[in-house]
Amino acid sequence: MVNTMRRFAGVILLALAGAALAAEEGPRLLQAPTNRLDVESVQRGARDFVNYCLNCHSAQYMRYNRLADLGLTDKQIQDNLMFASDKIGSTMTVAMSRADAAAWFGTAPPDLTVESRVRGKDWLYSYFLAFYRDGKTATGWNNLVFPSVAMPHVLWGLSGTQKLVETEYDDVEKAEAAALAAKGLSSVEPSPGGKFLVKTLAEDTPGTLSRVQYESFVADLVNYLDYMSEPVKNERINIGIVVLLFLGVLFTLIYALKRSYWADLH
Amino acid sequence: MQRLLSWIDARFPLTKLWEEQWGKYPAPKNFNFWYYFGSLAAFVLVMQIVTGIFLAMTYKPDATKAFESIEYMMRDVPAGWLIRYMHSTGASAFFVVVYLHMFRGLLYGSYRKPRELLWIIGCFLYLALMAEAFFGYLLPWGQMSYWGAQVIVNLFSTVPYIGDSLAVWIRGDFTISDVTLNRFFAFHVAALPLVLIILAAVHLMALHEVGSNNPDGIEIKQQPKDPKTGLYLDGIYSHPYYTIKDLVGVVFFLFIFSIVVFFLPDVGGYFLEANNFVPADPLKTPVHIAPVWYFTPYYAMLRAIPSFFNSQFWGVLVMGAGVLVLFFLPWLDRGAVKSIRYRGNDYKAWLAVFVFCFLVLGYLGTVPVTVWGQFTGGWAEALDTKDKATWVARLLTLFYFLFFFLMPWYTARDKTKPVPERVRW
Repeated sequence: MVNTMRRFAGVILLALAGAALAAEEGPRLLQAPTNRLDVESVQRGARDFVNYCLNCHSAQYMRYNRLADLGLTDKQIQDNLMFASDKIGSTMTVAMSRADAAAWFGTAPPDLTVESRVRGKDWLYSYFLAFYRDGKTATGWNNLVFPSVAMPHVLWGLSGTQKLVETEYDDVEKAEAAALAAKGLSSVEPSPGGKFLVKTLAEDTPGTLSRVQYESFVADLVNYLDYMSEPVKNERINIGIVVLLFLGVLFTLIYALKRSYWADLH
Repeated sequence: MQRLLSWIDARFPLTKLWEEQWGKYPAPKNFNFWYYFGSLAAFVLVMQIVTGIFLAMTYKPDATKAFESIEYMMRDVPAGWLIRYMHSTGASAFFVVVYLHMFRGLLYGSYRKPRELLWIIGCFLYLALMAEAFFGYLLPWGQMSYWGAQVIVNLFSTVPYIGDSLAVWIRGDFTISDVTLNRFFAFHVAALPLVLIILAAVHLMALHEVGSNNPDGIEIKQQPKDPKTGLYLDGIYSHPYYTIKDLVGVVFFLFIFSIVVFFLPDVGGYFLEANNFVPADPLKTPVHIAPVWYFTPYYAMLRAIPSFFNSQFWGVLVMGAGVLVLFFLPWLDRGAVKSIRYRGNDYKAWLAVFVFCFLVLGYLGTVPVTVWGQFTGGWAEALDTKDKATWVARLLTLFYFLFFFLMPWYTARDKTKPVPERVRW
């Protein structure tokens, strides 16, 4: 009985260990170099967001005057960031209707207010760096992180263009090693004949920004998207520290009180 | 003050109620760590009700406004984010606390005679809590809310003959819609909280009638009374001893709870799922639908059972049986002793198997069935199929039930140790 159970437990434990390895799918994401406390980065991200994104994408739960969180005055917000509305208390909506958008792009661009909570910062950061030219798609663009994405690469003037590099390997270990060695974005997919295809990206034509400048542009944008998904985050963490300190002190006091009450029991 | 109290006592048994239910309730003095979770469950219930009342002040049960109203409270309502995170974390905390409370029952045989009814009331509480959590999960009207509700309601459509009409009757529509949202809101904020409060009160009254079990499984009521205090030898008054001890538990709980609320309210997608930040879209089915973690052991059972005779109903039956089998525990256990301290190895081993099955099934319920599909060779060769995880889930489901079904035998033949006269503490 005990022996059977032991064997059974062993099988499951082995399986659990494997599960951790199996969970990853799709390309290996880059880590977004963002800092929620870097207000200037979030400000730059806000500027880029209203200039590049807030034409097709809305952020319909985000109010303009909430940007006061970033140390901006109402006047600054009104003069520099409001192109789509003139009321400071209104939310970031766009003029394009969802029906038109669906007809033009095949699907309506998602609202971006809480997109960072859906995708995660690393995904967003990688996504903006993963566009490449692809003659086979309707827009002429494709994306390594989001294959066959409906969105064209709006930022291509800044980033320049990339092309896809595919290399085939006979076994999965070699393919994984090559993907790791590529350092940037890469994905490993099984291909016909039991082989493995490693996809990486290479620069094709340069943009107005250098690679480093573009990466920092994207980091700012992602930093803003992450702020917008939960504007209260910094405040929440600050309050949390105070709450934990308070509860820590309260715990010591109440534990001492308990000890003194229970001291007369034996 | 004293005069006011006697004025009330002449008209309503206030002092009597207080003394019977708590003040002069004799409790065993050897409660350990596992005995915090009952009072914590009561605390979380109150917290959920209070935060829920405030949430209902800004929430709009309307398919076109629900998602928006949640973002409104997260952004524009003062402290709205705090109330909402407390409520969403509170839901998971409720299950954590209740699962540990139930496990305490398994450890120390708290369901055994004379506490069978107490246990059954607790099982009903657990069912009501599951229903409350399920109805509440639809309200944010995100993708997971919507498709999770779709999956659960579809379970009812597998009932032979009446299934489809039953599902329409529950939804009030042919799909999950505004009508469904409105009725789930009614159940979540009115019907089930009432059921929970009443059952919790009944649970406490039943407990204070039969008296508390303890880690030694000794009935303190069978002990002689101390002539000086009039208390059973190993008994103490709940007040002030357990009042203060439970408060220590509450503050400790709040510490852990606050770490989640203030620093990781999503818990990596386990408490708030990423996909639920996308508004519900009836035309777009998510690739991977997983319930929140507290339902995943049963969800894994559901998925593990194959269809027979062209019906998926068997999986639903097994899943339901997985919960309902708990009701029969008091009559399945024939051990000579209550507490694990004096049980033999058989019970200990089976309890370990049960916990293991529950946890691993819980994990499997959160991941796609293809999770172990990439394994080849070695032990995986024996299960030469793409869905190895499904086979493991089947095996675990089997052992989950064997824990209960074989209980009359292994508890009866278990080599127990003698139970002492007095509690150890």
